[in-house]
Order: sequence, then structure tokens, then C-alpha cells
Amino acid sequence: MNAVVEVKDLSVRFATDHGEVAAVDQASFDVREGEILGLVGESGSGKSVTATAILRLIRKPGRLAHGSIMLGGRDLCQLREDELQHIRGTEIAMISQTPRTALNPLITVGQHVARLFALHAGLSKAESRRRAIDMLALVGIPEPARRARQYAHQFSGGMCQRVMIAMALATSPRLLIADEPTTGLDVSTAARILDLLRELGPRTGASILLITHDLGVVASTCQRVAVMHAGQIVEVAPVRSLFHHPAHPYTRALVRSIPRIDREITMEPIPGAVPSLLNVPAGCRYAGRCPWVEDRCRRLKPVLRSVAPGHSVACFAVEDGRVAAV
Amino acid sequence: MSPLCEVDDIKVHFALRGSAAWLRALKDGKPAVVRAVDGVSISIDPGSMLGLVGESGCGKSTVARALVRLVRPTAGSIRFDGTELTSLSDDEFNKIRPNLQMVFQDPAASLNPRLSVRRVVEEPIKLHTELSAAERRERAEAVLEEVGLGADLADRYPHELSGGQCQRVNIARALVTNPRLIVLDEPTSALDVSLRARVILLLEELRQRHGLSYLFISHDLASVRYLASRVAVMYLGVIVEEASRAELFDHPAHPYTRALLAAVPVPDPDAKRDPFVLSGEIPSPIDIPTGCRLRTRCPLAQPVCAEPVPIREVAPGHFAACHLV
Amino acid sequence: MADVTRSPLAPLTPTSAALRLVWLRIRRNWPSAIALVLIVAMMLAALLANWIAPYEPDATDAEAALRVPSLHHWLGTDIYGRDLLSRIIFAARVDLTVAFGATALALAIGSTIGAVAGLYRGLVDLVIMRCVDSIMAFPAFILAMAITAALGNSVTNVLIAISLTQIPNYLRLIRGEIFRIREMEYADAARVVGNPAWRIIFIHLLPNCLPPIIVQATLAMGYALLTMAALSFIGLGIQPPQSEWGSMTAEGAQYIVTGEWWLFLFPGLAIVLMVLSFNLIGDSLRDFLDPRMRGVR
Repeated sequence: MNAVVEVKDLSVRFATDHGEVAAVDQASFDVREGEILGLVGESGSGKSVTATAILRLIRKPGRLAHGSIMLGGRDLCQLREDELQHIRGTEIAMISQTPRTALNPLITVGQHVARLFALHAGLSKAESRRRAIDMLALVGIPEPARRARQYAHQFSGGMCQRVMIAMALATSPRLLIADEPTTGLDVSTAARILDLLRELGPRTGASILLITHDLGVVASTCQRVAVMHAGQIVEVAPVRSLFHHPAHPYTRALVRSIPRIDREITMEPIPGAVPSLLNVPAGCRYAGRCPWVEDRCRRLKPVLRSVAPGHSVACFAVEDGRVAAV
Repeated sequence: MSPLCEVDDIKVHFALRGSAAWLRALKDGKPAVVRAVDGVSISIDPGSMLGLVGESGCGKSTVARALVRLVRPTAGSIRFDGTELTSLSDDEFNKIRPNLQMVFQDPAASLNPRLSVRRVVEEPIKLHTELSAAERRERAEAVLEEVGLGADLADRYPHELSGGQCQRVNIARALVTNPRLIVLDEPTSALDVSLRARVILLLEELRQRHGLSYLFISHDLASVRYLASRVAVMYLGVIVEEASRAELFDHPAHPYTRALLAAVPVPDPDAKRDPFVLSGEIPSPIDIPTGCRLRTRCPLAQPVCAEPVPIREVAPGHFAACHLV
Repeated sequence: MADVTRSPLAPLTPTSAALRLVWLRIRRNWPSAIALVLIVAMMLAALLANWIAPYEPDATDAEAALRVPSLHHWLGTDIYGRDLLSRIIFAARVDLTVAFGATALALAIGSTIGAVAGLYRGLVDLVIMRCVDSIMAFPAFILAMAITAALGNSVTNVLIAISLTQIPNYLRLIRGEIFRIREMEYADAARVVGNPAWRIIFIHLLPNCLPPIIVQATLAMGYALLTMAALSFIGLGIQPPQSEWGSMTAEGAQYIVTGEWWLFLFPGLAIVLMVLSFNLIGDSLRDFLDPRMRGVR
């Protein structure tokens, strides 16, 4: 399957009064055509920064220190700002965690979507309005013609998120980045939004990069998963393999630490804390918390290596076979 | 064993103000009122935990706030340790406060950005006891230790702490006066799923060690499942189901509970999801449907659901408010 | 649970590292640093006037009248032969006292009443706000004039007059801020923990309203200075032989036509520099007092 976006060795650094922080460190992954890739990690693991970096929206005090982002044969890191402005919103779109604050309170919901058609597809006002109503219907907003004339404050949180999705998909982007799209929503609303994403991806031909800290969301929605820890990608696998045969020690600990509704099992919190990104250890960033750590882990950084078809892990212990397959 | 805290049929109604409300009142023939809590009765036994679950807008936070007098109930009674709270004056209530504390939802927003951790935790001691400065310091440090924060963090400010650490400070502050009941308003919702385990285990440990009671309010059903002995489900201001933990999660009676449980994402890609789904959106608390409040969205709705539905015992210790059960 | 005690940032920095941080912040905000230096210099000059000023401010010298700035008299002399530099330095006492004093008084009174209005709302708020509205109905300067004229010409009365006209600004500002933060969770938490109302106001709410207040106060100091100068320009407030920058500028204005430019330029420049400095330090002072701004570039 072709890759829509290929991220290679991406590094993003932030300057602070205490020194430079490597928020993302040599991250490599790809999003394939028609799939939903989950990017999982705790707060501070660098997932949102990665999304911002793909859109080339990193600004001072941050900078893109290294790496390439291939989209349709072009490296986004080499493009000029005006070329990027054309790509943002048309080929790559993003929805975020707080849909209501992303909407302009002064214009109607319909206008939010119609403007995109007018701007990017050059359609007439009447035609844009018509297409906007179609998009609102596509994302499941009842009575779309009437609601298109309403304003953001008249919509509930879940509806606002649907509007955001409509705006994102209006231009038929190749990649939709969904940054914690359900974190601020109620359980039942969140479930419906995820259903919507699952359905619309294939329908509009968009691949989705779904960023979340919730493994439950990943399990129900994604086909492949990349796990991030302290700015590094530690494991990439198809979703079933990730949950049934987690390889990286962090992934294993993560799976065991979640409270579950379907079973009575003991929760084990992940030992230790995420290392400070200011005094970054030289080797593997999980070394301070890993039960299988050895001397080499502290000095050298492991790279992603394939352990099964489509399943790669960055861990010396796994490479050496010291960690038994689950 | 008599309950530590008994809430009896409380109602919290907010009158709407402004010209729009006035016009609406003219139209409807009655004053426009938000019925945030519309007749809720719960009881918490000493040393136990009651989970109160529901989605946003159901009124669970308002129940919590009513208990600690951040909001006054419009009707009903709240009895704590035998004392009727609603009839106390502000000064008298203040004397009870050390026994009845609260942990809020947003860990960072619940801490004054200008106070160090030490000052935050020492404040309740200062307000309610006569301990000297040195004794206060000692007690504060002891409590911080208990919640897993070392003494070196005591002089930090909230913005220097992570979300999980802020939440621990909140818990320390609630714990420092040796309360009997702690109301926890969504204590894990602002935390990453992987951090929730720590906080949940800490809460359980503290509860057992100090014999505390909790009112645990949440929409995170998985966390509630771990901690609670009994669970009550709220929708649009009323309780629709109440049962022991095992009963509620294994044999939910009310359709709303079923829909909630079906919507929680399970970290297992092969899990079969119960396709029970509610249609539409939550009605506004100003315009509550008559009869069963869920009937506008329930896939099982029947004509009888337009009749008022009282909460009944459908199995021993298991209560539900549904005509069809 | 010892693992969670390792905090995300480096532990409390020793003196040298703290100094480095201060230097970085100064470097970031060099206009404000300069402004701060100017203000401190002027304050010191005012305090130490007796030792710094080359001449007595009232010492007349008929032979040295209307001298152009020279080595003997750095800023020249006036028609009575009084040294301009010395007069400006002594005048700083009056001006800075009124600027700081009026602002501090207005801030203290305005904030307290504003906090009460914001916290209690209802009838209390209604009454307070209508009083404020009546005061604000008058142009501030006219009001200052009226109060000074009523109370009598003295520096103290001018201070009171100016602060009265400034009180509504702080009051409304604090009231608005209190509305914003009274719904914040830490205000709720303060209530649940058992804080009495006065502690909620002074320990929890007011300190968090500081940022806009600081900026307003520094701007207002400039305004207070200008009002003082304007009042004495028209003859209210101070009486000769007391010197004050505004009255000195007024006197000096007469001499432009005859070519003695220094008599009006230097006192005017003193006013401009002080007002500019107050404005420049406003933003930086706010950032400096915010615990959140530590460590952020």
C-alpha cells in the first residue's frame, strides 16, 4: 500500500531559558492510503508537536531541527511558506481537541464551510452554500439547511466537532490529522464521533492520523498504531498485534495500566515518571523505568527494527530476545 | 450502621434572568428555570464509596457542589453525621467543613497560581486548628509524603508541576484536616488514561488507611468500576439507576446505563461492541420531557414512557426508573 | 512512590544561575531596563537632592540671570539667576511624591471597593457602580481642578484630588477581573476549604488580578504626573517658591519668544522622560511579577 505521508527522522527542538528541549527526537512513521493510524502517548510525549510539525506550523521558540516529511513526492520541509499555505487546508487538514474555540463566533456555521469552497475551489457563493449544506449532512448534522444558518454557540460540543470534521474534509484532503478529537467530549458523543471518522475516511479517500492518549479509542478505531514515549517512536504495529503481542516494555506497561470496564483485572501503574526533556538521557529514554534495562540501553539509542510483518520496535531487549513474546 | 451522609430528594433550580428568559416565561406561562438537580436521593455509608456517573449536564457536579455548600439546594435535605446541613448558618457550616472536603476536576485550575504547594496544603490547617507554624509545616509535609510528593516539591508553584502532581496536591489539601467524607468531582478526567491508575490506586489506599468515605463523581466508568462499592447513574437531573458495582456493570437495567456502557471504548480490538445507541442529543435542562426523561432518545421507547416513572427496586438492592424493566 | 518526587525541571537554582536568569530577562527587555534605571536615578536624585544639587534651588544670583547652559550651570539659569538643574532635582520630590502617592492611594482604595463590588454583586454592586458612574461623568481634569480649588492649594490636596479621579479606573478594572476569576476552581476550592470572605479577596483573588492593575498603575503614574503639571501650569496646586516641573514649564514657556529655550525645554523633558519610563516598565513589571513567566523565553 502506498504511503500518503512519510515522516523520516523528524526532530523538533524548543529553546527555553534552561536549555534546548528535544520535544520530538528522530521520529519516523508513515500513514498509508485509506488507513487510520493511531499515534498514542502520554501528555508531553510529543504527539501534538509532531502534528504541528507535519503542518509546518512550528514557530519560535521551536524549530524543526531535522528530518523530512514526504507528501505526494514532495518534502514539506523544503517548501516555501506560500507553497505550504496552499497545502494546509487542502491536502492536509486538522481537527483539534476544543472544537468550540476553533470556530469563529461571529460567522454562521454554514459560512465556515462555504468559505473553504469559495477559497480553494473557486466556487460561486450560491454553489459554496449548497456544497456546505451537503457537507454538514455528510457529517450527520440533522436539518443541515437550517443549522447552517446558526452560530457556533448554538451547537453542542459534539456538533461543533462534526462541523470541524466537515470543514476539514470539505477540500478532500489526503491526510486528516485528528488531535485528541474526543478528549473533551462525553462518552456517548465521543463514540459517535469516532464512528463518523471511521466511516468518512474511506468515503472521502482521506487517511487519518488519530492522536490520542486513550488506548480504548485506538483499539476501536485504528488499523495501525505508533506508540510515542518522551518524543520518540518506540513501536509501530497493526492494532491487533499491538494489543495481543505488545513488544516494547513501554507498550506492555501502558496496556497494563489502564482501568478497564470489561474485566476485573488489576491495574498496574507504569513505574517511574517521564524523563525530563531538559536533561535527556543519552541512550533509550525509557531506560530509567524499564525492568529489562541493561548498560547498553543507557548509552546507545535503539532504532526501530522489524520483529514481525508490519511490526517494528525500538528496543535492545527485544532485539536480543531477552524479552519473551507475549 | 447508619449512613454517614444522606441526601434526601434535593432539588437545585436556577432561575433564568434577562429579557430572553422573561419572554420565554410569558410564552410558557411559567418561570424559566434550569432544573439542574430535580429530586436526587443518595446515601453514603461510613468507609465506603458511592460512584455517581452521568454525562455532562446531568447535574452530578451540582449535587457535589450542593453538598459542600458552593450552591444552596432549592429544596430537600442533606444530613451529614446526623446534622441537617441545609438549616445551618454559614458560620456553623464552616465548623463542619474540616469533615467534608472536596477535590475538583481541573487539577491545575483548582490551585491558586500564586501560592506554593506548601501554602496550599497548610491553609486548611491554619484556618481550622490552632497548631503552631512548625506543627503546621510538619503535618503538611507528612500529608504530602502520603500522597507521594516529596518535600522538595513543597516550595514549587502549580505551573511547575505536571497534571498528575497537581492532582495529588489537591488530594493532600482535602486530606489534611482529617475529613470523614471527600467529594471527588471528576478527579481523573483531566489526566491521561495511563496516569489514572496511579491516582485511583492512591485514592483506594488512602480510603482504606483512613477509613474515608468518598462520593466519586465521574463520567469515566472504568475508574468508577475500580473504586466504587455502589454506583448511581444520573440523567438530566435525576437518578435513573442505582445498584452495587457488580450488578450495575454486569446487569444494567436502565437503557441509559446500557447505552453508556456500550459507548465506552475498550482497549481490545476484538471486543464486540453492544450496538445499543441513543439517538439525538441531550435535551436542554430547561425543557425536560415529561414522564421518562430519556424517552425522546431511547430506542425502546413505548407510549407508556410518557407517564411519570418512579424509581423502583427491580432486584435486591438494585433500583431503576424505567417502565419497561 | 519515591519516583514521582523527581520534578520535571531542575531543582532550585543556586545564586549564580538565578542571576543569569535575571540577566537574560533584562536583555530581553532592554527598553524597560533603561526605563527602570531612569526612574531609580530620578528617585535617588530626589531623595539625595540636598547632597547632589550643585546650588540651593532658591538661591538667586542677579548677575547670573538667564545664562545659557554652561559648565557653571549645566542646564542654565532663570531670570532670578536660580540654577535650573538644582530646581529640577528638588522639584522631582514634589512630582514623584504626587505620582506615586496618588497612584498608590487610588489603587488601594479602588481595588478594595472594586473587589467588594465584584464579590458581593447584587445591591452592593449596584450602589457602588452608580457612585462610580457619577464620578466618571466629570472629565477627570475638571474634577481634579474642582477638588483642588475646594480643598485649597497644597501638594497634599492635589494628591488627594488626583487619586480621587483615578479611583474609578482601578475599581472597574478589579471588579471586572474579580468577575472573571470568582468562577475559577481555585476560588471555589478556597471557599470549600473554609476561607472567610476577606481571605478569599486578599489572598486568593486580588493577587491574581495584579497583571492588568500593574500595567494600569504605571500608565496612571504618568497621567498623575501630567495632571499635576497641568494643574500647576494653570496656577492651582503648588505655590511659588515651591518648584514643580509643570509650573517650571509654564514659566519657561514665556521665554521661548525671547530665545531662552532651556527654561522650558529641560523641565518639559523631565516630564516626558518620566512619563515614558513609567509606560515602558509597565509590561515588564507585570511579567516579572508573574510566577509563570519564570523560565519562559
